[in-house]
Amino acid sequence: MSYIYLYPKWIRLWHLFNGLLFIILIITGLSMQYTDKDDNIFLVGFARAVKWHNIAAILLTINYIVFVTGNVITKNFRFYKIERKNFLSDLISQFRYYSGGMFRGEKQPFPVTENRKFNPLQKFTYFLAMYIAMPLLIISGIGLMFPEITINRFFDISGLILTDLLHVTMGFLLSVFMLIHIYTCTLGSTPGSLFKSMLSGYHESDEH
Amino acid sequence: MISTGVSGSEPGSSAGTAADSATFKSPFYDDNELCFKCHGQSTYSYTNENLGRQVKAIMFSERIINRERFYGSNHKSFACTDCHSSEYTNFPHAGELRMEQMYTCIDCHGNDEKFAQFHFEEIEKEYQESVHYQYEEQGFSCWKCHDPHSYKINIRNSSNLKETILYDNNICLNCHADYDHFQLLSDKKEINIITRHDWLLNQESHFKSVRCIECHTKVNDSILVAHMVRPVEYAVKGCNECHSQNSLLMSSLYKFQSREQRADGFLNGVILNQSYVIGANRNEYLNLIGLLIFLAVAGVIVTHISFRIIKKRK
Repeated sequence: MSYIYLYPKWIRLWHLFNGLLFIILIITGLSMQYTDKDDNIFLVGFARAVKWHNIAAILLTINYIVFVTGNVITKNFRFYKIERKNFLSDLISQFRYYSGGMFRGEKQPFPVTENRKFNPLQKFTYFLAMYIAMPLLIISGIGLMFPEITINRFFDISGLILTDLLHVTMGFLLSVFMLIHIYTCTLGSTPGSLFKSMLSGYHESDEH
Repeated sequence: MISTGVSGSEPGSSAGTAADSATFKSPFYDDNELCFKCHGQSTYSYTNENLGRQVKAIMFSERIINRERFYGSNHKSFACTDCHSSEYTNFPHAGELRMEQMYTCIDCHGNDEKFAQFHFEEIEKEYQESVHYQYEEQGFSCWKCHDPHSYKINIRNSSNLKETILYDNNICLNCHADYDHFQLLSDKKEINIITRHDWLLNQESHFKSVRCIECHTKVNDSILVAHMVRPVEYAVKGCNECHSQNSLLMSSLYKFQSREQRADGFLNGVILNQSYVIGANRNEYLNLIGLLIFLAVAGVIVTHISFRIIKKRK
């Protein structure tokens, strides 16, 4: 078993903060969205949820700026570059591996190397999550935090409602992404190996 | 000579009043003009027989009635002397006229089929149970909030909730943010509305988006606007009273619109179109789609885990 140093310290720290902040944001976001007159199953009350959601959101935004800046000034961005050539067929072959091939003992089609941290399916979903959904989530969140800067009406519908719908939808999609992300991280050589990698920085080379 | 300009000090905007007053021609216009020529603006003039010359004087601001607002109000078809003594037609006015008994809403509107839909009797009952009623001896009456010279049905006809909110809140602020008015009725110390509401998150947004009465009255289903202003210790302080699916606002601020919308089958429509309340603006379709996606993902993960376990056993 050989090890590749794939996750530098700044990425591991960013990733850890991102994950923790996201958990806070999901709990507080749900508390706000589904609060009821009788305080129900959710853990935090509305006022506390608003306060912690705002604090975590500001920290998440700063953390996101760190992520983008880090990707620009280091070579990490190359791992996210989606190749147009065979884009769809690569996605399908990775999907086939996850949905059947791995149970038949097939080799994974895109093993991790020093130059390929992510398989095509990871690249695609990570790109969507980090460069499409996250900016939309942050921008709509800023619009809700400072309602005075949000357009009042858009096609006769409240601009805040549309901003809220966008924010809630992106928050939900990223929460689903997080769930899948955590599960796929159990698909290493052992269920815990990829979690260890994100702490140590070293990736076990024969796994996905 | 009579100068023009300067309106009265009544609360709220009078948007639309000019248009209403322009189309309305009062049968008592000329009679009323006898009053308005002095009370319609900030200065008036009269002949002082002792001095033998014209005297120009400042009209006491509380006695100025804005013509446009009056002729745009619900009471626009009245003659001044319908409510005030006909002896006011004499000048100078007799001193004892100041002591005349004023009508209240219920004196004219109570037990009248024509006004049944407004439930004035219920409003009167609520008022008598409100904290304001204890100041009646000091002079509190309907008119402290609703100036009969400019009163216009508001939320019932409103297409712009923000304007209605501003109008209604200015009624409260007229006394509660103006100590000169406040101390006419109460000996309590001056209250700073802003610092008293320091606990309220996004205070500015709340002040622009809801009325004071949303939190400071007890909701009554049978009248449109609650009038039972409660002691401060009973004020709503729990965020989730409004920020929840069965938001309090649906039975207060959005009550009239939501009733109309429900009749059309669009529940929550008014909130969707005019306002934004976190926790109350739930879209049932999105909720269902979200739940289905979540269950589908959870199902796929459980299936995947099962296959992994089967493979491992083999």
